[in-house]
Amino acid sequence: MTYLLPRLTTCVCILFVILIALLLYSVKTDALVQRDDARAKAAFLAIIPVLKHPRCLNCHANGDFPRQGDDNHIHAQNVRRGPFGHGVTAQKCSACHQEENVAGLNMPPGAPNWHLPPPNMPMIWEGKTPGQICQQMKDPKQNHGKSVEGIVEHVTSDKLVLWGWNPGEGRTLPPISHDEFAAKFQEWAKFGAACPD
Amino acid sequence: MITLNVNGKRLEVDVDPSTPLLWVLRDSLGLTGTKYGCGMAQCGACTVHLDGQAIRSCVKRASDAVGRQITTIEGLSTDLSHPLQRAWIEIDVPQCGYCQSGQIMSAAVLLAENPKPSDDDIDDAMSGNICRCGTYSRIREAIHRAAEMKTAGRRAE
Amino acid sequence: MSTTKQAISRRDFLRTSAAVGGGLLIAIHLPKLASATESFAPADPFAPNAFIRIRSDDIITVIINKSEMGQGPYTSLAMLAAEELEADWSKVRYESAPVDPAYNHPVFGIQMTGGSTSTASEWERFRKAGATARVMLIAAAGQNWNVDPKSLRAEKSFVIDSASGRRASFGSLADAAAKLQPPKDVTLKDPKDYKIIGKSTRRLDTPAKVNGTAQFGIDVQAPGLLTAVVARSPVFGGKVLSFNADKARAVPGVVDVVQIPSGVAVIGKGFWPAKLGRDKLEVKWDDGANASLSTTAMRADFAKLAQSPGLVAKKVGDPGKTLAGAAKTITAEFEVPYLAHATMEPLNCVVDLKSDACEIWTGTQFQTGDRMAAATIAGLKPEQVKIHTTFLGGGFGRRANPANDFVGEAVHVAKAIKSPVKVVWTREDDMHGGYYRPMWYDRMVGGVDANGNPIAWTHTIVGQSIMLGTPFEQFGIQNGIDTTSVEGAADLLYGIPNVQVDLHTPKLTIPVLWWRSVGHSHNGFAVEAFLDELAHLGGKDPVQLRRTLLTNQPRMKALLDLVAEKAKWDSPVPAGRGRGIATHFSFDSYVAQVAEVSVDKTGEVRVHKVVCAVDCGRVVNPDSVIAQMQGGIVFGLSAALKDAITFENGRVQQRNFHDYPMVRMNESPEIEVHIMPSTEPPTGVGEPGVPPVAPAVANAIFAATGKRVRRLPIGRVDMG
Repeated sequence: MTYLLPRLTTCVCILFVILIALLLYSVKTDALVQRDDARAKAAFLAIIPVLKHPRCLNCHANGDFPRQGDDNHIHAQNVRRGPFGHGVTAQKCSACHQEENVAGLNMPPGAPNWHLPPPNMPMIWEGKTPGQICQQMKDPKQNHGKSVEGIVEHVTSDKLVLWGWNPGEGRTLPPISHDEFAAKFQEWAKFGAACPD
Repeated sequence: MITLNVNGKRLEVDVDPSTPLLWVLRDSLGLTGTKYGCGMAQCGACTVHLDGQAIRSCVKRASDAVGRQITTIEGLSTDLSHPLQRAWIEIDVPQCGYCQSGQIMSAAVLLAENPKPSDDDIDDAMSGNICRCGTYSRIREAIHRAAEMKTAGRRAE
Repeated sequence: MSTTKQAISRRDFLRTSAAVGGGLLIAIHLPKLASATESFAPADPFAPNAFIRIRSDDIITVIINKSEMGQGPYTSLAMLAAEELEADWSKVRYESAPVDPAYNHPVFGIQMTGGSTSTASEWERFRKAGATARVMLIAAAGQNWNVDPKSLRAEKSFVIDSASGRRASFGSLADAAAKLQPPKDVTLKDPKDYKIIGKSTRRLDTPAKVNGTAQFGIDVQAPGLLTAVVARSPVFGGKVLSFNADKARAVPGVVDVVQIPSGVAVIGKGFWPAKLGRDKLEVKWDDGANASLSTTAMRADFAKLAQSPGLVAKKVGDPGKTLAGAAKTITAEFEVPYLAHATMEPLNCVVDLKSDACEIWTGTQFQTGDRMAAATIAGLKPEQVKIHTTFLGGGFGRRANPANDFVGEAVHVAKAIKSPVKVVWTREDDMHGGYYRPMWYDRMVGGVDANGNPIAWTHTIVGQSIMLGTPFEQFGIQNGIDTTSVEGAADLLYGIPNVQVDLHTPKLTIPVLWWRSVGHSHNGFAVEAFLDELAHLGGKDPVQLRRTLLTNQPRMKALLDLVAEKAKWDSPVPAGRGRGIATHFSFDSYVAQVAEVSVDKTGEVRVHKVVCAVDCGRVVNPDSVIAQMQGGIVFGLSAALKDAITFENGRVQQRNFHDYPMVRMNESPEIEVHIMPSTEPPTGVGEPGVPPVAPAVANAIFAATGKRVRRLPIGRVDMG
């Protein structure tokens, strides 16, 4: 019998952790969420121009390839999304894109983990309504299992997202600042993360 | 002073670490098989391997290559024995030859990850390497040929 | 009287000179080296002429006076010599020739590579060089064995006495052969006995090009060699007013900053510091007369000029009257932009200048002129200047510059800093460096009779002269007409009874130069696209019409039939695609191409396939001819689809491959090349593959969409 004991203990511990986590989560969200669909939707709509801006859309456009430039033209060099969103064989994103922008006009932009969304969750925003974008973004099956909090965390601190506001020489910026962008996401979450119709 | 591992050798180089790897290879280490074509990752002439991955050495800081295995065209084989080199000779791919080091280094990564590439796979791997002489159809043929050689080589083993 | 006779194109010049000389006499001359500074390695005892050396270990070195820029002369010219020498091909090596009158172009009289003439102009000389060596080796064996040389033969690098079965290798005979006098004349082989010529032969330079050992100019290294990156005027003709080098000098590794005639050179220990220093350099420029140059304005000026006839380059019949009475007429205006050569290896030059000597390493197509320029700048005699021609990372004409820009400038830098130096142009410098293919505007009016047959056309050409102001002006410009401006238009093969070709030459000071296929690069487009329009106007099939108009051109007519058959012209086109045909005669060669394209709803063009047929006379290395056609097609496609050099405020607007893009692997069509068997003398292949591509694609676009393309680059087809 003794050999079962460590396993039981482990199970009990895990259960306990989960319970505590759930409790904390509900407490926390209870404390933060003041459900107000109208305000959540409005906040999300304010985010849309950023998501549709070339700095963001160029990696969230239709097709299994990235885009470039303010005209969203297909990325030169026939770059592909690849099995993990990191390009293929001899043309992975990191062949050219560094962890930071290379100085100079039209030089390769860069940020840590430069990549496209993977093909199983391509997170395409092109041609979609704000409501569709929002639903897609909230769907854990399409967003790498992220909670609303996870989404907010991602858009607030992910270095690839932040790159949009530090895109390198000659590239236009999204229409609102990153602070405003993040604040709108937080607002959206705070008011219950409802999606526009 | 930085230490680079190039073609299996540890080399000390007295250079500003922010210098692009391309110029450290060419000007400091004399490995001129890696070419300068554009300086902005547009043409692929400067392609080398970093831990087995194809990279454009013109936009890679030398310091970012420290502690990693760098392979240049000179390190692909010492005796023209690499299947790609054999296939390139058999098909007579090069014209002016300037872009071919980069082409071969890209193709080497393609074959390492995909031993039997389709034409589409070749397009996807090789479209970052410009050839102004227009040897593309021969590059394609030579990659298929090298893939066959590799397969035949494995069967023989 | 027609003015065509006075307008001697380079092709005519070749023929004329040959005729004047009596056959190809000039080519028969097999000189020894004039320059005493060039001495052969002691290990090479037998050097019967400037082109062949044989070592006692049997290695045969063929010295090649043509620059290797991808077109394969290191192999094909060696094949010519080896054929007549009866050499064992595996023993044949190549070496790049030094600069010496012995290596001058037999027709142009200077050492140079260009005009798709390497095989044609050296066809006889290299074979004679080989035959001479063979005769001497056989004579040496005859002496050794005390037999009549006539009873001996050579085979696979051996002299063989069939009677006795004795054999002596070329290497073993080298010493003895070296003591003999070369024969005055030699008999060349009957082509039916060729063992090497006409067989696809692997290039001798390929191994070096797949392991990184091939040395291009930019790869030259030497202890203490410094690198210079030069700030040049952003506007052609601009001058340095003043400069502040403080920030440039502060860059670690920058050792000097000097002013030279073309700008300000920043000297560094290696390219990167020099380039960073150049970026930090502050220069005030006087932009000069071109400060407001703009493509938009130039296009408008050209278009205006095109509305009236220029200097007449060709006139047959009475096109004006015929057009007035034609059943139907059509007017079309064609435009092509300035183009950069954009060789993959940016321009560069290494110079080691001493008080009494100058040594230069560079990839040049123009050795004699570059040496002369270097000598003048250095204050030396030409004989004191030695040029090592390295491999060229592409030439396409850019490295054959009568203004000797990249060599002359490097000598200026070496002179200023008193140190060996390598001047390296960045891609941007190369793109902004000028010597472009000129911009052209062509206005064409054509008419058909009631049966739809073309009966007249006029072709007004507007564009800068390449020859003007160069040493080639003398024979290149006749009665004010630069023959390269009208080549491919004035020498139209089509039997149209009334034709006028005339030319306006606006005096612009944008540096222009020959760009692979020169005048044919624009006239091929205008002529072949317009002929397609005339076919449509007259309700004729484009191939059928050409066939009719080529009645008196049997070689082109046969080629047309070949390409139509291979491209299955008469069978249905795959759904969604269109087929277009173009033929063009240039550099004495005939080329016909059929392009198969599709255009998507956004106007994006995809060229799926190009079928090409070529008649370039007798073929030396068939695989090399195929390679040149493949390469010419891809080169022509980048220009047809993508590229333009444009100006705004005097400045070139393109910088690098992101805004001057090239066709890449995924856009490269399937290419099929068919060579027409021929026993005519060999003609050019480096350039003739280029001119037909753009019109074949444009005509295919019309077949696919009904939209006419009259301006290059095509970019996106306007589907509206």
